[in-house]
Amino acid sequence: MAHSGISVLFEGTNFARLMGGLWTSVWIALVSLAIGLLLGTLFGLLRTLRSRLIRFVLLLYLEFFRIVPTVVLLFLVYYILPRQFNINMPATWMAVLAFSLWVAAEFSDIVRGALESVPKHQRESGQALGLNQWQLFRYVLLPQAIQLELPATINLATRVIKTTSLLLMISVMDVINVGQQIIEANNQTHPTGIFWVYGLIFILYFIVDYPLSLWAKHLTAKQKD
Amino acid sequence: MAEEILKVEHLNKFYGDWQALHDINFDLQKGEVVTLLGPSGSGKSTLIRTLNGLEPFKDGNIYFKGEKVEPTPKEWQKLRQQIGMVFQSYDLFPNLTVLDNILLAPTKVQKRDREEVKKEAMALLERVDLADQANSYPRQLSGGQKQRIAIVRALAMHPELMLFDEVTASLDPEMVRGVLEIIKELADRDHMTMIIVTHEMNFAAQIADRVLFLEDGKLLEDTPGKQFFEHPQTARAAEFLSSMEF
Amino acid sequence: MDWTIIQQSLPNFVQGFKLTLWLSLVGIVGSIIVGIITSLVQYFRVPVLKQILNVYVEVARNTPLLIQLFFLYYAFPVMGIKMTAETCGIIGLIFLGGAYMAEGFTGGFNGVSQNQLDAGEALGMNQFQLARYVVLPQGLSLSVPALAANIIFLIKETSIFSVIAIPELTNTALDLIGMYYRSNEYLFVLVVAYAIILIPVILLLDWLERRVRYGAFGN
Ligand SMILES: Nc1ncnc2c1ncn2[C@@H]1O[C@H](COP(=O)(O)OP(=O)(O)OP(=O)(O)O)[C@@H](O)[C@H]1O
Ligand SMILES: [Mg+2]
Repeated sequence: MAHSGISVLFEGTNFARLMGGLWTSVWIALVSLAIGLLLGTLFGLLRTLRSRLIRFVLLLYLEFFRIVPTVVLLFLVYYILPRQFNINMPATWMAVLAFSLWVAAEFSDIVRGALESVPKHQRESGQALGLNQWQLFRYVLLPQAIQLELPATINLATRVIKTTSLLLMISVMDVINVGQQIIEANNQTHPTGIFWVYGLIFILYFIVDYPLSLWAKHLTAKQKD
Repeated sequence: MAEEILKVEHLNKFYGDWQALHDINFDLQKGEVVTLLGPSGSGKSTLIRTLNGLEPFKDGNIYFKGEKVEPTPKEWQKLRQQIGMVFQSYDLFPNLTVLDNILLAPTKVQKRDREEVKKEAMALLERVDLADQANSYPRQLSGGQKQRIAIVRALAMHPELMLFDEVTASLDPEMVRGVLEIIKELADRDHMTMIIVTHEMNFAAQIADRVLFLEDGKLLEDTPGKQFFEHPQTARAAEFLSSMEF
Repeated sequence: MDWTIIQQSLPNFVQGFKLTLWLSLVGIVGSIIVGIITSLVQYFRVPVLKQILNVYVEVARNTPLLIQLFFLYYAFPVMGIKMTAETCGIIGLIFLGGAYMAEGFTGGFNGVSQNQLDAGEALGMNQFQLARYVVLPQGLSLSVPALAANIIFLIKETSIFSVIAIPELTNTALDLIGMYYRSNEYLFVLVVAYAIILIPVILLLDWLERRVRYGAFGN
C-alpha cells in the first residue's frame, strides 16, 4: 500500500541517513566548485594571454572535457589512478578531483568570455587614465567580468550539484546510494517504499537547485535593462 | 476643399507618473507636409509613435480621416496599414532579402497579389536607385541604402500618411542627401501627407508647409513653415533656431 | 595498452556506438519538438497551459536525469507502469532536454529587439503575423548557440543510461571492465568513441552558429 511506503522514510535512522548522504553530495559539490573556480580563473586568465602554446594546451584541455561525459570522467579517475599510478584515495576525493578539473575547464571558458566581452573602449579609457596592466585588470576588467559571469557561474553550480547524482556509480555513499540501501532493506515489508525514497531524493535535489536557478535568472533579467 | 487626414485633440501621454505629452492639439490636411521640431527629449518621438499606436496614450482623441480612433490593438493594427513609418534605425528584417522585406507586409498583411506587388516594388526600387540590390541582404547595404529601402518598404503599403522619425540621424553625412531627396520628391511629386521629425534645419525649412514646435511635451507653436523660420512666435523657438546654427 | 584486447572488444563497442547515436538522435529531435511547443506556449502566454509548462521546465531543469530515470525504471513498475529500459531512457532524456530546449528558444524569442517588433507593428502586422514573420525566424537564429550547447549536452547525457542497463557506449565499457578487468583499454576506446561522435557534431554546430550569427545580426 502506498501509505505504508512513506513510513520507510521515517523508520529508525533512515531519514537522518538520507540527510547524511545529501550532505556528502553537497559537500563534494562545494569543495569541487571552490577548487574548480580558482583553477578555472587561472586558466581563463592564461587563455587571454598571447602565448600560443599556453592557449593551445588549455584549448585541448577544454575540448577534452567538452567531449567526455562526466560519468566517464569519474570512471577514468576511479580506475586509472589506483591501477595505473598506484594512488589510492577514498572515492569521495576521486570525485572531487574529477569534478574540480571539469569545473575548471568550464569556468575557464566563462572567465575568458567575460574578460573578452568587456568593451574595448573600457579598456582604452582605463589606459588613457594611466592605469597599468595590473590596475586595469584589478579595477576595470575584473569587477565588470565578475558581474557578467555570475549568472553563468551559478548555473554551473546547479549543474555540479545535479551531477553529484552520478557519485553512486563509483560507490560514494551519496544520498542516492543511501536511498538504494534503504529501499533494499525494506523491499519485503514495504514494496512501495521505492516510490517514496526516490520521490524524496527528487524533491531534495529540486530544493537545493531551484533557488540557485531562480537567482541566476533574476540576475540575467537585471543585466538586460 | 482639403480633406482632413489627421486630427489630434487634447492628447495626454504618461510614462508611469511622469507626463511626456501635455494637451496636444493639431490637425493635418491631405498633401500637407509638417515638420515636428524641438530640442532633444522634448517628446517628438513619443508623439509620432503615439500617432501610430506604438505608444498607448492616457486621454484625448485621435481622428484618422474624420473617424475617431478606438485605441485598441486591433483597430491600430488596421490603421497602421494606411500609416507608414520609418525609424532612425531602419529596422529592416535582417533575415530577409531587400525584396522580401518590401513584399512581406503587402502580401501577408494586405493579402495582395505577390506578382503585382513585386512589379510595384521593383518600380519603387528603381526610383530610389536600388533595383540592383533587390536580392541583397540588409547587412550588405550601407546605412543610406538601408534607409531608402525602409522608405520603399513603407510606401509599398500605399499609405495615406507617412511618419519619419529622424531618419537621417544615424547616417554618414554623405548619405543624408540621398535620403532627403527621396522625401522631398515624395512631397513634390506624390503630394504625400507627411509628418517629419528632423534635425536637418535646412531641409525642414525647404520642405515644411507647417512647423510644429515641441518643448517639454508641450506644443508651443503650430506655424506656417516660412513664418516659423523667419519670425518664430515664441522666444523658445527663436532660441532653438539660433542654437541650431544653420 | 593491449591492442588485441581492444580489437576483440570492437564489435561490442560498435553495437554500443550505434545505440548511443540512435538514442541521442531520438532524444534530440524529441527535445526540440517539446522545447519549441513549450516556448511558444510561454511566448503567447496561453493561460493554464503556460503555468503547467513553467512548472515542468523548472522541475525538469532542476533535478538530475539519473533520478528521473530511476523513477521511470524502478519506481513506476511498483505503480503498475512497466516500460523497457530504452523507453525509459528516451522519455527521461526528452523530459530533461525539452525543458533545456524550451529555455533556449524562449531566450531567443525574447532576444528579438523591440525595434524589430516596432517595425513589424508599424507595417500593420497582427500578433500572429508578428510571431510568424519576425519573432520566430529571428528568435530561432538567436537561439542557435543554446541549441548547440543543448545538443552536445544531451548526447553526453546518454552515458547516464548505463545506470538502467541500456547497452549504450558507457554501459558497454563498464560491462567489459567488469568481465575482463582491463580498464585502460576499454576506457580508451570509450573516450575515442565519444570523440568520434562529438567532434563532428561540435564542428558542424560551430559552423551553423557562425552562419546564423551573420544572418541574424547583420542589420
Ligand atoms: N519608454 C519610456 N519610458 C519612460 N520615459 C521615456 C520613454 N521613452 C521616452 N521617455 C522620455 O520621454 C521624453 C521624450 O522622449 P522622446 O524620445 O520622445 O524625445 P525626442 O524629442 O524624440 O528626443 P530626441 O531628439 O533625443 O530623439 C524624454 O524625457 C525621455 O526620457
Ligand atoms: Mg526621438
